[in-house]
Amino acid sequence: MAQIKKANGIGDWFDQRLATKKLAKVMMTEYWIPKDINFLWAMGVVLVVMFKLLIISGIFLLMYYKPDAKLAFDSVNFTIMQEVEYGWLWRHIHAVAASFAFLVIYIHMFTAIYYGSYKNGREMIWISGMILFILFSTTAFTGYVLPWGQMSFWAAQVITNLFGGIPVVGDAVVTWIRGDFAVSDSTLTRFFMLHVFLLPLMIVFVIVIHFYSLRIPHVNNQEGADIDFDAEADKYLAGNKKESKVVPFWPVFLAKDFYVVCVTLVIFFFCVFFFYDFSLPGVNFEPANPMVTPKYIYPEWYFLWSYEVLRGFFFDIGPIKAMDIGLIAFAFANVIFVILPFLDRDPRVLPAHKRPRFKIWFWVLMFTMVILTIYGKLPPKGINNVIGFIASMTFITLFLIMPYITKKDAKGAK
Amino acid sequence: MRELKILGVVVFFTVFTYIGVNTYAYSVMKPAVAPADFQFKDLPRNDKIGDASRGAEVFMNAGCIGCHGLESQGIPAPMNDADAAASFGVVPPDLSNAGLIFDSHFLAAVIKNPAKAMLNDHKFNESNPHPMPNFYGLGGDIDQELADIVAYLQSIAPEKVSDEQVYVDACMQCHSIKYTGLMSNKDPILMAKYMGSVPPDLSMFIRSRGADYLETFINNPQKHLAGTAMPRVGLTQAAQEQVVAYIEYAGDRKKDERESLGIKVLGFMIILTILAYLWKVKIWREVH
Ligand code: HEC
Ligand code: HEC
Repeated sequence: MAQIKKANGIGDWFDQRLATKKLAKVMMTEYWIPKDINFLWAMGVVLVVMFKLLIISGIFLLMYYKPDAKLAFDSVNFTIMQEVEYGWLWRHIHAVAASFAFLVIYIHMFTAIYYGSYKNGREMIWISGMILFILFSTTAFTGYVLPWGQMSFWAAQVITNLFGGIPVVGDAVVTWIRGDFAVSDSTLTRFFMLHVFLLPLMIVFVIVIHFYSLRIPHVNNQEGADIDFDAEADKYLAGNKKESKVVPFWPVFLAKDFYVVCVTLVIFFFCVFFFYDFSLPGVNFEPANPMVTPKYIYPEWYFLWSYEVLRGFFFDIGPIKAMDIGLIAFAFANVIFVILPFLDRDPRVLPAHKRPRFKIWFWVLMFTMVILTIYGKLPPKGINNVIGFIASMTFITLFLIMPYITKKDAKGAK
Repeated sequence: MRELKILGVVVFFTVFTYIGVNTYAYSVMKPAVAPADFQFKDLPRNDKIGDASRGAEVFMNAGCIGCHGLESQGIPAPMNDADAAASFGVVPPDLSNAGLIFDSHFLAAVIKNPAKAMLNDHKFNESNPHPMPNFYGLGGDIDQELADIVAYLQSIAPEKVSDEQVYVDACMQCHSIKYTGLMSNKDPILMAKYMGSVPPDLSMFIRSRGADYLETFINNPQKHLAGTAMPRVGLTQAAQEQVVAYIEYAGDRKKDERESLGIKVLGFMIILTILAYLWKVKIWREVH
């Protein structure tokens, strides 16, 4: 057993038992981050804050929400929104934080792509991040069903239906997910379980992995410079703070993050109180009605791009049905980002502006994503179909040519 | 400088996406309609000056009280709600406040030809007459008689009614608002037979449709839902604003609280942001 002495204070008491001083060093004061970064490096911490807001507001909502097809709508729109003190506030925070979380996830993700932070040892950071993205998506989707509004019901109907495209077992899978032949009370209750228990639990677990996966390869920097972290840390500790290329996580890195978080929260709370329609759309304030199909069915904005890849293929090719081509493309879109590190054949870690072909690739991808998102919402008719198709094709092509393009960049540099 | 440039890029993509997904997409899905017309310009003008005391007589003789009550004048509804609904599909509203809440031109027109004024003539015709019969006059100048009835209804109307009362008089024969406990006296089956569909509960319509939509929709339902069975009710602008205020009370009664708290939270966050900035500058001065 360790040598336990009489403690000279609370801090020491804990330190003897839990090695808190060592822990603080490892986690905070001697966890080294490159100095050459910009505010985009704060998105991870912003995301943590959004996730905390979601958990806290979610706990309050959970106290009054009733996961029953007959009661859900009123428990949200009457009990929570109008009866319970500040219930509306928690709901607005919860809904707006979900949208913000996705916006920040996308920024975070494209930052990583731009700066090449997904390869050369950082693969696990990227992959665990993409798993988080998938978990967040599932959580958001199951959460959107809970208020049991018109769009809750119909989006659930349409999205769960997609699994019917799986060969052979499709129909069985759809029934298994819904717990019924159509979206119904049993669907609501199981989505409730997923949304408040299983998925958040998994998210917390994967967040821990995601953070841990940063420790060995370290955080990337603006120039992709290869930093000798031990040497730079020694410089910093010796007092050469200005020369050292690294800063400690606490307080230096977090001081900046805290500022970025505050700015984000100003915008966030503005949206919570005055500008919330984008994440609390009107259609969902109508109670679910299985008899009345809404004129337009669309998922939440953060799913629109992949939804449009699905819809983009609107014509049959030979014996293959449009729906099946769409489903294959949809499946492609949802896994392709995960294997990005292996599509990039350029071994160097560099920001896109130092990789001539990749740079073009990146900006074309950005515009394609935005176009897909916008056309994923628009009614699929006339010219919209054509634009959606071209954008979907562009999206797929981009990933198919990525190995080639990155290889050429690497060759060009030699 | 570089950070500002990056910020510019992030803001550009965010705003561009927002405009595409919200502003633009909704303008495609819900095309704009002409503003509300509280003059009811499509209806024939009746320039006759009405006389309230003659109007009282016409009113009593025209058979209105065979269906409508006039509580304020001590005339109760002639039938109970269940019987009225069974006979007409809908309970004829009490007319005590009609002179105040309905536009005068509209009133004259609706008495003369209800289906036409309510823009329901696609639904009601000679073989399927509107439950409220057309008024063909008592033998005198029909326009004069109409003006007299309107003058009478206006003379007995109170100067002011509550928001809730406007809703009760104008909408409740068809719509419930369960979040304020005002349940329509309708029988859904009869109602569906009469209207073709059960009119929706309006509790959350302030959030599902928004005040702008309600304003043009109530003024003229056909503008948004061409061919709908929902009648144009002919409210004056003031009365319609009261109805919308009531619907807002039902579905968004925490609005004032939200807005006043919003200002305080934003103020707090801005101060915190300034402090955070100063702290950041202080910490980073050491390492830069
Ligand atoms: C046979 C029964 C009957 C008679 C007689 C009748 N009404 Fe009506 N009235 C109705 C019904 C039913 C409604 C509700 C119709 C609806 O909302 O679809 C109504 C509605 C009204 C309205 C409300 C219109 C609106 O914009 O919502 C007014 C005003 C009115 N009647 C006035 C009169 C007057 C004045 C007379 C006498 C000239 C009269 N009614 C005679 C049955 C009758
Ligand atoms: C005579 C019955 C009747 C009266 C009176 C009536 N409504 Fe309606 N209302 C309907 C019916 C029927 C519908 C369904 C229309 C449809 O789906 O085509 C409807 C639909 C609506 C809708 C939904 C529109 C949409 O976009 O789906 C609103 C809002 C509404 N009414 C408001 C009002 C208000 C406010 C009043 C009173 C000023 C009122 N109604 C009076 C019958 C009525």
